[in-house]
Amino acid sequence: MDITYDFEVYANDYQNAGNASSEIKKYLMQIGFTTKFIRKIVICAYEAEMNIVIHSLGGKLTITIDNKKIILTSTDKGPGIKDLDLALSEGYSTATEAVREMGFGAGMGLPNMKKNCKFFEIDSSSKGTIVKLSWEIKDETFS
Amino acid sequence: MLVSEFLNDDRFELVTDTINDKLIKGAYCGDLLSWVMSHAKKGDLWCTVLTHANVVAIATLLEVSCVIICESAPIESETIKKANQEKVNLIKTKLNSVEVIKKLWVENG
Ligand SMILES: Nc1ncnc2c1ncn2[C@@H]1O[C@H](COP(=O)(O)OP(=O)(O)OP(=O)(O)O)[C@@H](O)[C@H]1O
Ligand SMILES: [Mg+2]
Repeated sequence: MDITYDFEVYANDYQNAGNASSEIKKYLMQIGFTTKFIRKIVICAYEAEMNIVIHSLGGKLTITIDNKKIILTSTDKGPGIKDLDLALSEGYSTATEAVREMGFGAGMGLPNMKKNCKFFEIDSSSKGTIVKLSWEIKDETFS
Repeated sequence: MLVSEFLNDDRFELVTDTINDKLIKGAYCGDLLSWVMSHAKKGDLWCTVLTHANVVAIATLLEVSCVIICESAPIESETIKKANQEKVNLIKTKLNSVEVIKKLWVENG
C-alpha cells in the first residue's frame, strides 16, 4: 500500500513559499523518521518548492510513501530548463536581481537536491520540468 | 546559552512578541538561502542581513534557535508577522555577524 499527498505550489508566491515543505516535514515527523533522515528530504522539498516558485509557471510537490521508499516529485507547467547539465552544475543560476536580493540564486538548489537523496531524476521540456527524488526506508530511518 | 540569556544585552532587541526560549547549540552566518538550508543546523543561531519572509520559512524548517538580523537591516512587517505566527525568535542588532559570533564565543566561555 502507498500513500500520496499533493501540494500545490504557485509561481512567484513568495509569501506562502515553504508551506508545502513545512507540511511534508510535519507528515514525516508524524510517521516517526529520524531527524537526520527528515532533514535530507526537507532540504530537497524546499529547494524543489522554491524552484517552482522562482523559475516556473507553477506546479506541485508530490510525496509518495510505501513501506520501502519515499518518492518526492516536483512537477511544473513550464517553461522548462534549456540546458540540464548547466542547471545541475554548482553556481549556475538565471535568477533575477530582485530574486537574488531575497537570498536566492546561489545556483545550489539542484546540486543540493542531488546530494541529499538516494536516486535523482530530472526531465525537462518547454511543457514543464519533472524532478523525481527518492530515498530507501530502512529500520535505521525510524527513531 | 539560552536565547533569553543571549538577549540580556541591550545591543539586541527581540522584534517578535514573546521569546520562544531555546538552547543556542551553534551558529551559522549566511545570506545565500540554499547554502543556509543545507548547512545550518537545528538549534543554531542564524546571522543574516536578509529580512524577507522567506527567512522565517527557512528558520522554521531548520528549527534554528533564533535569527539575528544584523547591521540594522530594515525588517519587513510581513516577516515579523510570520515570525510571530511560527514562533521564530527574530532579533535585531546594529552589530555585524562577526561581532555577534564574538559575543557568543566570549559569553559561552
Ligand atoms: N523548475 C524549474 N523550471 C525552470 N527552470 C528551472 C527550474 N528549476 C531550476 N531551473 C533552472 O536551473 C537553474 C539552477 O537551479 P538551482 O536550483 O540549482 O539554482 P537557483 O534556483 O538559481 O539558485 P538557488 O537554488 O541556489 O537559490 C535555475 O537558475 C534555473 O535557470
Ligand atoms: Mg533553486
